[in-house]
Amino acid sequence: MSDIQTGDRYDLAVVGAGPAGMSAAITARARGLNVVLLDEQEAVGGQIYRNITRANPRALDVLGPDYASGARIADAFHISGTVHLTGASVWQVGRDGTINYLRGGKVSSLHATQVVLASGAMERPFPIPGWTLPGVLGAGAAQILLKSADLAPSEPVILAGCGPLLYLLGWQYLRAGVPIKAVIDTTDTTDYVRAAGHLIEALAAWPMLKKGLKLMSALKKGKVPFYRGATNLAVQGTDAATGLRFTVGGKDMHVDSKVILLHQGVVPNTQFTWSLRAKHSWNDVQLCWTPDVDAWGRLEGLPNIYVAGDGLGIGGALAAAVQGQLAGLEVAAVAGKIDAGARDSAAAPLRAELAKQLRIRPFLDVLYRPKDANRVPADAVTVCRCEEVTAGDIRGYVALGCSGPNQTKSFGRCGMGPCQGRLCGLTVTEVIAQARGVSPSEVGYYRIRPPIKPVTLGELANEA
Amino acid sequence: MATNSLFRPLQGPSSTPARSVKIEFDGRALQVQEGVSVAAALLSAGVSRFRTSVVSETPRAPYCMMGVCFECLVEIDGQASRQSCLVQVRDGMKIQTQRGPRALTDGTEAGNE
Repeated sequence: MSDIQTGDRYDLAVVGAGPAGMSAAITARARGLNVVLLDEQEAVGGQIYRNITRANPRALDVLGPDYASGARIADAFHISGTVHLTGASVWQVGRDGTINYLRGGKVSSLHATQVVLASGAMERPFPIPGWTLPGVLGAGAAQILLKSADLAPSEPVILAGCGPLLYLLGWQYLRAGVPIKAVIDTTDTTDYVRAAGHLIEALAAWPMLKKGLKLMSALKKGKVPFYRGATNLAVQGTDAATGLRFTVGGKDMHVDSKVILLHQGVVPNTQFTWSLRAKHSWNDVQLCWTPDVDAWGRLEGLPNIYVAGDGLGIGGALAAAVQGQLAGLEVAAVAGKIDAGARDSAAAPLRAELAKQLRIRPFLDVLYRPKDANRVPADAVTVCRCEEVTAGDIRGYVALGCSGPNQTKSFGRCGMGPCQGRLCGLTVTEVIAQARGVSPSEVGYYRIRPPIKPVTLGELANEA
Repeated sequence: MATNSLFRPLQGPSSTPARSVKIEFDGRALQVQEGVSVAAALLSAGVSRFRTSVVSETPRAPYCMMGVCFECLVEIDGQASRQSCLVQVRDGMKIQTQRGPRALTDGTEAGNE
């Protein structure tokens, strides 16, 4: 790829090369827009289709057909004529469409008339005792190791928590011959009862439901020890993880392993939208913040900036691809490449498809709602891993008058480490909300500001 | 390659042996798979502690593998605080454990606080 000059101008800049970002770019390119896509990785795919263009047959087989299907969208993207800036860390998106990014140790910028943010999701934090010990990773992190480097745990592994990704990884490990010591599931009987209310709706999304049932039955057939309704999860170990302690049916249990993979769902990555001062709402079903947008994903009050994919709320890869197409159509219409009629007629089947893809969400969201104890931890548990601030510290700040996440910074540097509250932000909001006896909405979130990604003074000084 | 690695390459008939590169971790020579992240390379080579935390100086290692958590920070070729999960491993890289808080040098992040 030829080097891009600072100050280049585009009709559309897309941030993120997952299904939403690639789809937005493909759609806008097909209508003749000049499109650039920036992504941190060396190859397209985002996290869900990570490494899809380089995966070997063995990996494709282990990871399954849903992963393999990502190749189609990657192929379409590669022939779309989008300028793809790989290894580009976007550290600022301006309200005017300026994109500042770091690539190969050099800081550059470009300008786009319209912007689609497709920065996807991240795993929800799982703050339990011992979760900072080496050997504890997210299940999503372990899946990234599998997709990007063909790496799997070398000894029997523990999968703990709840949600589709946890069982999917278990299924993939079974196919890869990776021994699973135990699945320790936090889902309990009351979750199944509450979710049953959404079952009819979910049945309309039968292929997805069937896939979930297939994963669960494979784990059962694989004779993986499966504990349901686990509470009091605590990672054991002093310098590294040695096992997991938990309670099931009133009985205290302990399982040994040096690799413990935690997961309780994914949440939108909202760093960019917060940094743009976009309006967000607390979603009490998915327990996360989502930006306020119109039917095309356009941010409220920011007419040239859109969000597509899981950054809008968790809907999965197929929904993300559709949301990317919808944003791409509106971007093309605003650019004058198609009229409103053409936009709407192309959008109609997409909206039907999106509704279909989202039909299973209420069922999944209720069934796998992460437990309060695993989101709003006991006093001794570290919440902010960077600055080592515990839930008890935060409750102490609240007792002294701290009312929201921003103030935790001055009370105790909470959220001020290099991750800038990315990982702890949701937990901090919920801990404060609980301590104050108010809703997360009232507590709010960190005031996020650029650089979203760390940039050194040296790199800034060398701006091209 | 260390025998006590927590992660190892998938075993299987159709997995092709990956090409390898030589790197150094805390002065120790390691042969690792080409084309993967520094974090993945180190994990597969038996490195299970990447840094010590800034307050209590306790051991830390990768948690998210996608650039969110900053637990995998190491020093790469003299530059501190690199996210090893976002940097591709290259032949001849010299990597070091990052210990405790960073000194304020040219590598300091701009405008982060």
